[in-house]
Amino acid sequence: MLEIKNLRVRIAGKEILRGINLKVKAGELHAIMGPNGSGKSTLALILAGHDSYEITAGEVHYQGKNLLEMAPEERACEGLFMAFQYPIEIPGVTNLYMLKAGLNAARKHRGQEELDAMDFLKLVKERAKLVEIDESFLNRSVNEGFSGGEKKRNEIFQMAVLEPKLAVLDETDSGLDIDALKIVAKGVNALRNKDRAIIIITHYQRLLNYIVPDYVHVLVDGRIVRSGDKDLAVELEAKGYNWIESGAAAASGS
Amino acid sequence: MPTERKVIEELASKEYKYCFVTEIETESIPPGLNEDTIRLISSKKNEPEFMLEWRLKAYRHWLTMKEPSWQNVKYTPIDYQDIVYYSAPKSAGDGPKSLDEVDPELLRTYEKLGIPLKEQEMLAGVAVDAVFDSVSVGTTFSEKLGELGIIFGSFSEAVQEHPELVRKWLGTVVPSTDNFFAALNSAVFSDGSFCYIPKGVRCPMELSTYFRINAANTGQFERTLIIADEGSYVSYLEGCTAPMRDTNQLHAAVVELVALDNAQIKYSTVQNWYPGDKEGKGGIYNFVTKRGKCAGVNSKISWTQVETGSAITWKYPSCILLGDNSIGEFYSVALTNNYQQADTGTKMIHIGKNTRSTIVSKGISAGHGQNTYRGMVKIQKGADGARNYSQCDSLLIGDKCGAHTFPYIEVKNPTAKMEHEASTSKIGEDQVFYLNQRGIGTEDAVSMIVNGFCKQIFRELPMEFAVEAQKLLSISLEGSVG
Repeated sequence: MLEIKNLRVRIAGKEILRGINLKVKAGELHAIMGPNGSGKSTLALILAGHDSYEITAGEVHYQGKNLLEMAPEERACEGLFMAFQYPIEIPGVTNLYMLKAGLNAARKHRGQEELDAMDFLKLVKERAKLVEIDESFLNRSVNEGFSGGEKKRNEIFQMAVLEPKLAVLDETDSGLDIDALKIVAKGVNALRNKDRAIIIITHYQRLLNYIVPDYVHVLVDGRIVRSGDKDLAVELEAKGYNWIESGAAAASGS
Repeated sequence: MPTERKVIEELASKEYKYCFVTEIETESIPPGLNEDTIRLISSKKNEPEFMLEWRLKAYRHWLTMKEPSWQNVKYTPIDYQDIVYYSAPKSAGDGPKSLDEVDPELLRTYEKLGIPLKEQEMLAGVAVDAVFDSVSVGTTFSEKLGELGIIFGSFSEAVQEHPELVRKWLGTVVPSTDNFFAALNSAVFSDGSFCYIPKGVRCPMELSTYFRINAANTGQFERTLIIADEGSYVSYLEGCTAPMRDTNQLHAAVVELVALDNAQIKYSTVQNWYPGDKEGKGGIYNFVTKRGKCAGVNSKISWTQVETGSAITWKYPSCILLGDNSIGEFYSVALTNNYQQADTGTKMIHIGKNTRSTIVSKGISAGHGQNTYRGMVKIQKGADGARNYSQCDSLLIGDKCGAHTFPYIEVKNPTAKMEHEASTSKIGEDQVFYLNQRGIGTEDAVSMIVNGFCKQIFRELPMEFAVEAQKLLSISLEGSVG
């Protein structure tokens, strides 16, 4: 579904990603872990199409298409969803209104008929139930006055409505207490299926106790230095990033 | 189509019929302004003597006045001798014969607004007889209003049929000597609307000048007078959502509202005069005086305006809160794009006891647009317990536009309570990117953010109007983001 080849990215002259390689297939859940400043969020934003980065080398293929050539909204319409680390507030625009516009843009893009208000409302209510979101979320302005935890849950709710093929969750666990974390994890698990790929970006292993990944990659200093299964995350938690970093330093020194 | 809208349109097309068919036969007069011009206008309109006297008095005062220069707008000086002060709408022979002859860009805009073909023809000034099909329907409504004692029609009609009412109320809120543009309007106004709601009557439909202003090539100097007698209610809609290609430069209208004891007037405007082209050439200079007097106790006047057109907007719909417990409200969205300039706001003059006013102003600037909020809240000595709440928010799109706020507060009574909030924000690229990521294209994203910003105001508009105001904002913002 997604193939990243030797991706190198700079911002303001500084190289953030230094040759990323990653393959993600439908149905898989990948976790990308790494210390602060390792380039995790940059990778997420590059996939979503943020334009403040300079891509100096590499390719990204998504469902056989060149992802880097597509506008952000086109990527979204092609089924790529990103849960933001810091979801922004949009005063006066309700969740419902935004989601209807987004969903119908995607349906139009796929040559499907747009959903009318009634069908849309039915779908949204059903999805809200699935990820255990209160219906009052629907008519609130996008993230406006939401607590940190509510914002993150709202991202998962939006994912549930838009039903992406590939979801990139950027530090969805940050700032959540354990109860909120469990709710978010439950929501994500409810959305896992054989056709959907999910990339979870996180600093801590904590979330992965509740969402069990198929693969774990460790990103250090703009490169994936180690890949493994869920046990890698546990090991990382026990030994800390220093353990990997020193290994990475050794590897790049050789 | 919702019936409410239908009613408005049908009523409006009825008005078109009555206001202009007679005028089509009149001819233009040469440019220039002197006492003879005014006499000519008055005689063409077959006005009673008192009207002519009133006009002449205004004119003589106008001659002593200076064009104001305090507003935060720049424009080339207006040559008042170069204006045609009375001209009939284009006759059937002059206008385009069919839509094929109309500027295709204009038609695309109409299409986006969802204006039916027939209305498109009408708006473009195409001579179509079929438009007048609904005469009987129009008459039905005029009869229905008549049964309730409501007088609603053109100002010229009112002068002929209800001279006593016109004489009693004309100039009682905006005196003919009020300001430079109001004086000019008083001297030369060509037509407008007149509305009287009798005691205890709740006007059953929204009254509208939906088409009239659009079709009027003479629409430079309108005069509107609305009187809500004791215990009555009226909601009045002004303007049209279709962009107008007008060669006229100066538009100086006057609107006067009077609310007597326990009466309520809700006045909504969607203004979309031609704003000029992308380089700032052309466009309407909109110098308008709008004022309402809450003359009676417990009376209420609400102004709601959505201003997206005109090269220059100079407009301060105000309320004089004379009656005890009276309420004044001002809700405004003003958008300036390209080289448009708007200096707009309100005045709330608290005179009666326990008077309350609310001001919510939303200014949006894009392109090279300059947007100024100018407001005054005045609490007079006797206005015990007066309260005001003001909120002014500005939204900037891009980095070449400007937002300015000039709030004036004058309090002469220690019991007054005043609140003022102001904010300026920029449409964040992060907001746009967030919506992009949800599948929404940039242009739609910006219009969504702007509409969200204006939501508080749109809530005050009658529903159909609100929907069109939203569409209008989107169209006005087109191309404002790269």
